Amino acid sequence: MAEVEIRAVSKAFKKTQAISDLSLTVADGEFVALLGPTGAGKTTTLRLIAGLEMPDRGSIRIGGRDVTGDAPADRDVAFVFQQYSLYPHLTVFENMAFALRAPIRRVPEVEIRAKVREVARLLHIETKLDNKATQLSGGQMQRVAIGRALVRSPAIYLMDEPLSSLDAKLRGEMRLELKRIQTDLGATILYVTHDQTEAMTMASRIGVIEGGRLLQIGTPREIYENPINAHVAARLGQPAINLLPASLFASVPRGAMTVGARTEHLTIARSGGDVQATVKRIEHLGDQSHLHLDLGGQPVVTLSDPEAKLGAGDIVSLRLNKPLFFDADGGRVAA
Amino acid sequence: MAQIKVEALDKSFADFHAVKAASFTVEDGEFLCLLGPSGCGKTTTLRMIAGLELPTAGTIRLDGEDVTMNRASARDIAFVFQLFALYPHMNVRRNIGFPLKCEGIGAAESDRRVVEAARILRISHLLDRPVSGLAGGDRQRVALGRAIVRKPKCFLMDEPLGALDTEMREAMIHELRALHDRLGATTVYVTHDQLEAMAMADMIAVMNNGVVEQVASPRDIYDRPASLFVADFIGSPPMNFLPFRGNLQAGAQAIRLGESDVVIPAAREGLPESDLVLGVRPEHVRFADRGVVRGEVYGSEYLGTTQIVTVTTRYGALKARSPASMSFRIGENVGLDFRPDTLSIFERTSGRAIRTVLHEGGAHG
Repeated sequence: MAEVEIRAVSKAFKKTQAISDLSLTVADGEFVALLGPTGAGKTTTLRLIAGLEMPDRGSIRIGGRDVTGDAPADRDVAFVFQQYSLYPHLTVFENMAFALRAPIRRVPEVEIRAKVREVARLLHIETKLDNKATQLSGGQMQRVAIGRALVRSPAIYLMDEPLSSLDAKLRGEMRLELKRIQTDLGATILYVTHDQTEAMTMASRIGVIEGGRLLQIGTPREIYENPINAHVAARLGQPAINLLPASLFASVPRGAMTVGARTEHLTIARSGGDVQATVKRIEHLGDQSHLHLDLGGQPVVTLSDPEAKLGAGDIVSLRLNKPLFFDADGGRVAA
Repeated sequence: MAQIKVEALDKSFADFHAVKAASFTVEDGEFLCLLGPSGCGKTTTLRMIAGLELPTAGTIRLDGEDVTMNRASARDIAFVFQLFALYPHMNVRRNIGFPLKCEGIGAAESDRRVVEAARILRISHLLDRPVSGLAGGDRQRVALGRAIVRKPKCFLMDEPLGALDTEMREAMIHELRALHDRLGATTVYVTHDQLEAMAMADMIAVMNNGVVEQVASPRDIYDRPASLFVADFIGSPPMNFLPFRGNLQAGAQAIRLGESDVVIPAAREGLPESDLVLGVRPEHVRFADRGVVRGEVYGSEYLGTTQIVTVTTRYGALKARSPASMSFRIGENVGLDFRPDTLSIFERTSGRAIRTVLHEGGAHG
């Protein structure tokens, strides 16, 4: 494992600027998630580190060595793709051992066997080693694909939405497993996703990326509690943060045009708050209920206290409790 | 608008029994989701309602009329597919108006309805644009527009949001439900995504292996699951299951779990000693030093307002939803308690939920 550093990298595809002046360091043993929508430049960043694309400007260093001009094979990285492409005619064992058996690596057979078994155990597929890769369920196949990367000990694992093809339940289980494995192995991982839950639950740090630019990087808690602008604030949190015109509230800091209020910033009572709102409906999503309010024509969605006996048409009183403030351009304003 | 009544519907493809005695009613103006994993028979059921498949047995009634053997075109329904097949050489206006042209409706009337549909879907500004350059959400709105211009008795939708990415899907969920509230059209919607079903449906029919396991409101499905399958399929993370062996007397208010008594909603039926399962939702697990189950913290997942804490116990890994402000150490020894009035008990072999005060409160027995 090693530190990976991207310095001021830019990359354009014809007229499209995919990455603009992006700098990012993934420390040894760290799990960094790049979070952003489709087209934000997440996958391009991974491909630049892997050497599958060449940057127009800037440099990439792995373990202190400049690898910007190196071929992918000389970079010591392992890539896990969204679509697992296993060799259908080989067994699970052979699929996982494949990379270790490459002639340039010259890994002794005994070592290969030991390594594959160890990784298979971590991924709970040790009983499937002799199965054909095609006789597995989707979740098992994705684990083999991850396993194929884990048997190597590269400088960094680059993972491109590896869980997105799994169903919701399996994805939930794999999140916890992957995080455990990363901690146990002390692996360095750069993981890209558009799923905020994956980023929040697994990453040591999240980099929020949009339009080829890194907007903010920090621990999940920092990004969630202390976003630098309204855009980042809206990327994390379910239900999404309510961005409300500051004019609805009596006292806001100078320059604040927008008030950002999450569930934990809102106290709902029958009376005595700062502003009044009308209950439009309560959406029961099972584990959570979303309370939909109308606040002076603005929709507000917050988690509803299951014990609160509220119904459509009820008038409630809202009090702001240390919310976030943003200026006209969406930048944070100190409270 | 119409009521759809499905009675003892059966469908076999050669040796494969795809749908087994499915029965449910969709009331006039109601939004029903057929929910289940892939291969459970939900799409086959929808296609039979549409008339795209003929059932092996059973009947389908539309507003009381038996339409089981009617052609699809004679049923006055509109189908919206997962993959929105728009005509690439036509603009938005002509795509939406196409079904009316096929029905031979005059240009003036057709144009009026297309404009109306576009207004409802908020795509009026796109009417003269080619469909090829549209974003995914707008393409799906055009596909919906093509369904609503016909003013059918009901809408059948097969995973219409499946091809969209997460954010667009969340926005479309609310749009679709708002559209339903405006049009009031009877809708049957197929999905494997429980969040879509929970957020949109008036009623959910959960299917598994061709069988409708439960038909109830989203809230009842979640709070009072009729079977282990339903309890496991709904909820993220799903319900925790603690297997135990014991008997149950009618009226019992606690079960014996290991060395502890666990208070449950009073049982309404008795059972001889058998393999049972206690079901607890993650948000009903509380940390308590003197809790009924002990275990070791395996990991925690930060979600902003809340976190999911996984605890390894003698009953397997249990998940608890806690405020994000609580802090846990991996390996820490903790005790867990369960909120008594929310617990479910199942028969392990049949998967059936045992009748209790909680389960009697719902729409089913």
